[in-house]
Amino acid sequence: MDFLLDREHEQIRQLVRDFANNEVAPGAAQRDEEEHFDEAVFKKMAELGLTGIPWPEEYGGAGMDYLAYVIAVEELSRVCASTGVALSAHTSLAGWPIFKFGTEEQKQKYLTPMAEGRWIGAYGLTEPGSGSDAAGMRTTAVRDGDDYILNGSKVFITNGGAAQVYVVFAMTNPEQKTRGISAFILEQGMPGFSIGKKEKKMGIRASTTVELVFEDCRVPAANRLGDEGFGFKIAMMTLDGGRNGIAAQALGIAQGAFELARDYAKERKQFGQSIAGQQAIQFKLADMATKIEAARLLTYQAAWLESTGHPYGQASAMSKVFASDTAMQVTTEAVQVFGGYGYIRDYPVERMMRDAKITQIYEGTNEIQRMVIARYVLND
Amino acid sequence: MDFERNEEQRQIHQMVRDFAREQILPLASGIDATDEFPGELIRKMGELGIMGLPIPEEYGGVGADFVSYISALEEISYASASVGVILAVHTSVGTFPILYFGTEEQKQRFIPKLASGEYLGAFALTEANAGSDAASLQTQAVRDKDTYILNGSKVFITNGTEADVYCVFAKTNLERGNRGITAFLVERDTPGFRVGKKQEKMGLHGSATSELWFEDARVPLANRLGEEGQGFSIAMRLLDGGRVGIAAQALGIAKAALDAAANYVRVRKQFGQELMQFQGVQFMLADMATKVEAAHWLVYHAASLRGQGKPCTKEASMAKVFATDTAMHVATDAVQLHGGYGYTKEFAVERFMRDAKVTQIYEGTNQIQRIVIARHLDS
Repeated sequence: MDFLLDREHEQIRQLVRDFANNEVAPGAAQRDEEEHFDEAVFKKMAELGLTGIPWPEEYGGAGMDYLAYVIAVEELSRVCASTGVALSAHTSLAGWPIFKFGTEEQKQKYLTPMAEGRWIGAYGLTEPGSGSDAAGMRTTAVRDGDDYILNGSKVFITNGGAAQVYVVFAMTNPEQKTRGISAFILEQGMPGFSIGKKEKKMGIRASTTVELVFEDCRVPAANRLGDEGFGFKIAMMTLDGGRNGIAAQALGIAQGAFELARDYAKERKQFGQSIAGQQAIQFKLADMATKIEAARLLTYQAAWLESTGHPYGQASAMSKVFASDTAMQVTTEAVQVFGGYGYIRDYPVERMMRDAKITQIYEGTNEIQRMVIARYVLND
Repeated sequence: MDFERNEEQRQIHQMVRDFAREQILPLASGIDATDEFPGELIRKMGELGIMGLPIPEEYGGVGADFVSYISALEEISYASASVGVILAVHTSVGTFPILYFGTEEQKQRFIPKLASGEYLGAFALTEANAGSDAASLQTQAVRDKDTYILNGSKVFITNGTEADVYCVFAKTNLERGNRGITAFLVERDTPGFRVGKKQEKMGLHGSATSELWFEDARVPLANRLGEEGQGFSIAMRLLDGGRVGIAAQALGIAKAALDAAANYVRVRKQFGQELMQFQGVQFMLADMATKVEAAHWLVYHAASLRGQGKPCTKEASMAKVFATDTAMHVATDAVQLHGGYGYTKEFAVERFMRDAKVTQIYEGTNQIQRIVIARHLDS
């Protein structure tokens, strides 16, 4: 056992931390205010090689492991959770299934420009009537010669509108329920594929979240990802890894909020001393730091398991629940430590608290995660 | 980063785990019911090398690393938290201080016997009026030529009625606060030293907790550990390792309670189905398991740092707070999932809950740990 990061991981942490502090943090409040997804930030990440961290160099990636990727998401989210989720959705949700299940041709065509950051990726599973329950999906794909014709819509699609590549799930055989789901790679601008309503959100407002609409959208059969009926499996396996990306995002949010609360507690004077001198504040900070440390170990362990070829489904469900609950609790306490100022938009902790909330909901609600964990525990 | 045990760690872990499940587990409820010190078991552990696991081979130990020692504490506490604390105190604060601060003569005289289990170690810092606040110790040691004369008393001493050598802290200089404290190795047959009666506790039965009395007890100069006035820093140096040990004990209790609860809800039926089919039950188990996993990695993270000789004060306190709070939470919910049966002595979970409670209290209360963590937030 050895819990120290090796040099490669330390280097990427330092690289991303510097980038996050210098290039991402300064505009974070404004992007949040204006609900602005800034493609320039994404392009800068691409220049640094962050848009394809875990993919092999032959596909334009950095050839590093999932731990390196998780550290990058954590560091970005420490200053801007919207930027963190943009990278996470791009890498874990769009890149991963193409890397794992794509044909060589699909990887060359889609994964490479994504890894190089020329194209942004997105993932379309959720529908208005089917969130956690994917079997209730209504979008259909009907084979027609060398094409599939897609009809239906998807909601809450992160990176939607900004992305050029979409991994989309549709029913090819509605009678077979989850076994009738297939996955497709769609490109922006395919006939019949349009971007619907842009959502107004509580938090992660600088990430774009939209509706996808398919009206007799023709997708070449060559863009089917995996076999017909294999889509549900692809979706679930993608989410297993994606969960840990969200854990990393939550971890970063928590770390950022904690640091601000700690520093503010030392500065802020009341009753003739800094509030950090009050035991009530000390205990809050101690509990925040302890939970963050635990969340970090869970998240890194899940990433390590994936990197070393071990099963990681249970570990990533645990990291997701624990890190996201920690993010919510830590950001709420950070607002509390800031007192009235914490409620004001001049300080970033209120944004962090709004951003934290979604980590308990998306990529499988924490309630779904608990069902997953219970299954592992009880079948052990 | 590497989250796996190396080969030696794996072997020791397996050996202790097998021993604990085969030899300790069947005796655990009996030890709890009778509150009797499990002397025979401790003797067997001595034969297997478990009483001197992290002690160098030159002093009769196994020479295992700190991570292996911690996993032994966890596995033994899984079977019996009482045996776990007997081992933790014997090793972390009964033997290590001699290893770290003893003269070569003291090491030769005491450590081989402690490592083999012939001697049992104990640690006597706490007094009736000095718990977390060591500076207010009242036990005094006055130099008289080649001896020190000790007067005072100690409370809550684990292994108290059974130990052969006690690491005792007393004031040699009343005016210097913490810097007036000195450590002594007090042997059981020391004239004027008396072991008080066993203290009755909520849990951890069989761990032989007692008071100690010193009435003009004459301790040879040769038994002073370290320099005069060095006692407090000796005690503090032991804390990090000791805290990780108690965190491992709590982790073992938590894992035992989680397994007991998971097993019970698989078989217990209500409303025509097993309890495990109810979402309310599933969610409790999921939270218990997640906290246990988080505690596990905090404990081994701190143990690994400690084993590498790296600073780990913050990490040890975090592991202690989190693992012990988790043990209490998981054991309480395990009782809850057993319903009325969980409140009876028929099931082990009520013992787990009683045993878990003290882990939040001793080796520095969790409130003290939070103060320690708060002091280290910049690192």
